Amino acid sequence: MPQLSTKNIFSKYRYWLTIATPQSVWHARFQRVYIAWLSFSKNPIAMTGLYIILSLLILAMFAPLITSGDGTSQELQNRLLAPSANHWLGTDELGRDIFDRIVWGSQITLYIVILVAIIVLPIGLLIGTVAGYIGGWVDTILMRVTDIFLAFPRLILALAFVAALGPGLDNAVLAIALTAWSPFARIARAETLTIRNSEHILAARVQGASTTRILLHHITPLCLSSVIVRLTLDMAGIILTAAALGFLGLGAQPPMPEWGAMISSGRQYLLDQWWVPTIPGIAILIVSMGFNLLGDGLRDVLDPRSGEG
Amino acid sequence: MGLKTPLGLEGMVNKSFPPPIVGQLFRLFSSLILTFIGLTAITFIIGRVMPADPVLAIVGDRASREVYDAMYLQMGLDKPLIQQYLIYISNVVQGDFGKSIMTARDVLDDLIRFFPATLELATIATLIGVFIGVPMGVGAAVYQGQWFDHLVRVIGLFGYSVPIFWLGMVALLIFYGWLDVLPGPGRIEVFYDGVVNPVTGIILIDSALQEEWEVFWNAVDHLILPSTILATFALAYIARMTRSFMLDQLNQEYVLTARVKGLKESSVIWGHAFRNVLVQLITIIGLTYASLLEGSVLTETIFSWPGIGQYITTSLFNADMNAVIGGTVVVGICFVGINILSDALYKLADPRARGD
Repeated sequence: MPQLSTKNIFSKYRYWLTIATPQSVWHARFQRVYIAWLSFSKNPIAMTGLYIILSLLILAMFAPLITSGDGTSQELQNRLLAPSANHWLGTDELGRDIFDRIVWGSQITLYIVILVAIIVLPIGLLIGTVAGYIGGWVDTILMRVTDIFLAFPRLILALAFVAALGPGLDNAVLAIALTAWSPFARIARAETLTIRNSEHILAARVQGASTTRILLHHITPLCLSSVIVRLTLDMAGIILTAAALGFLGLGAQPPMPEWGAMISSGRQYLLDQWWVPTIPGIAILIVSMGFNLLGDGLRDVLDPRSGEG
Repeated sequence: MGLKTPLGLEGMVNKSFPPPIVGQLFRLFSSLILTFIGLTAITFIIGRVMPADPVLAIVGDRASREVYDAMYLQMGLDKPLIQQYLIYISNVVQGDFGKSIMTARDVLDDLIRFFPATLELATIATLIGVFIGVPMGVGAAVYQGQWFDHLVRVIGLFGYSVPIFWLGMVALLIFYGWLDVLPGPGRIEVFYDGVVNPVTGIILIDSALQEEWEVFWNAVDHLILPSTILATFALAYIARMTRSFMLDQLNQEYVLTARVKGLKESSVIWGHAFRNVLVQLITIIGLTYASLLEGSVLTETIFSWPGIGQYITTSLFNADMNAVIGGTVVVGICFVGINILSDALYKLADPRARGD
């Protein structure tokens, strides 16, 4: 037990965060987060991932400050310039600064990732927890549907969805979400099955809590950690699918600075101005690598059972 | 004397009738049927329900009222939705996906023409993934925590994270544009077109059968880049799974026993531990193969590879819904089929997984 030192404010907080007798629920929650953070921050791989994702957030948030324009202003006399002091990453076929476009594109990447998460998490959690908690034929039907979606080729299905809905960023997000929710339902169900018969659920039931209340307040919070780990790991795949849709011309439409679409429009300059199509690809690679690293690290901290040694 | 069974295996002898394999096959078959119904239901919804006006999508917006009405009746859109779906299923079962607007042929004929190219690419890519990924995974497990393990980890991370269409482009830039050691996009040099009679549609096999070795080696040259690029993900996935399977085995006591007996390390690794991993690997390889059949969409676009993926994407841009749906159904069936097959193989090969 660390000694309380009034001189050092940090050791005071550390004392508050590690004391063995938390005073309230929130105190205990802070402590749990802090302890998870301690083991997370010791993992260099996970921290690398965290730094990458934080940089993405900062780029997206401060895009107006970092860039000189909005990434769509054309200077046709400056087409296809090589990287230089004026244009750090060169310019594209319409004289737009590639660095600016990459920075503004980070907002689109975040938009896709957050929107897919917002759609996918509630669907997966709802289907998984309901199936696991209620069981019986509800479980059978819901899991059959989940299995069918799980068995599908994702990219092709997303392609077909976008084809029917029409190309566009929002339709691409919808198509990705429609094909990405099934693993979360599986995981939520598996977690629910292990929680369902535990004593705190029984206690809640004896007190007369409704099924909805038990699902929302007692089961869902306990499913969250493994679902979030999986979500972080899947983020890389979601970004790659979104970029692929953009590359095929089915996602974000020009002049939006979406990274996949940038690769696609720069493709014809590959042999002579190689930086035009290759640089956005590096951006995609770094971000999806960041999510993979972060997911691996989170899994080690939150879900040590499923670690891969 | 009771039943003669090897020591310790009494519990595994199953005396029940019918033999458990019947139940397995039944379960397999029913899950296949269910998934098929699900697949067709979704493609039906995509093709008939979601587009604002499926008739307009076919006849175009300049068609006269009579043409429109005739097509409306021909497509059976006046019937109830469930009946439309049943008609759709019976068509799919008969291999009738309708006509492609783009090529004016039956979609099924088109798919049969384009499928071998995808099959060739995905098969070679899977082989590359297996023959490089498995030794890499085994090596990473054996040298856990050492530089080789870290190298495999980095390669795996790269394979998981890289956008495959971008990697293909960079590879083309380096090996075709700058170094000029490998041929550019396409399946074969133009002047070799038509030299070989398409028998199987797989150029490697056709040219070898007809002893056109020049064509054969040209096709091999053209295969190197796209199949390696397509194999990146497979390689990463297979190496990672092999590593974790091998680590599981190497920590078991029988491995210790084998070492204590004084067996050579290579025999411990390949003869004992690896043999137990083999069965699990079947499933992984099956999954990979299925995902590569699907994943070839992007690789085919980059390398102008005349396969199903390219067929689907070009149809997409021509709003050729019949072709898109047909392609989706066929790839979906292959995907699901391979998955279920590898699962069944796994259960056949490993008695522990049967769980009767």
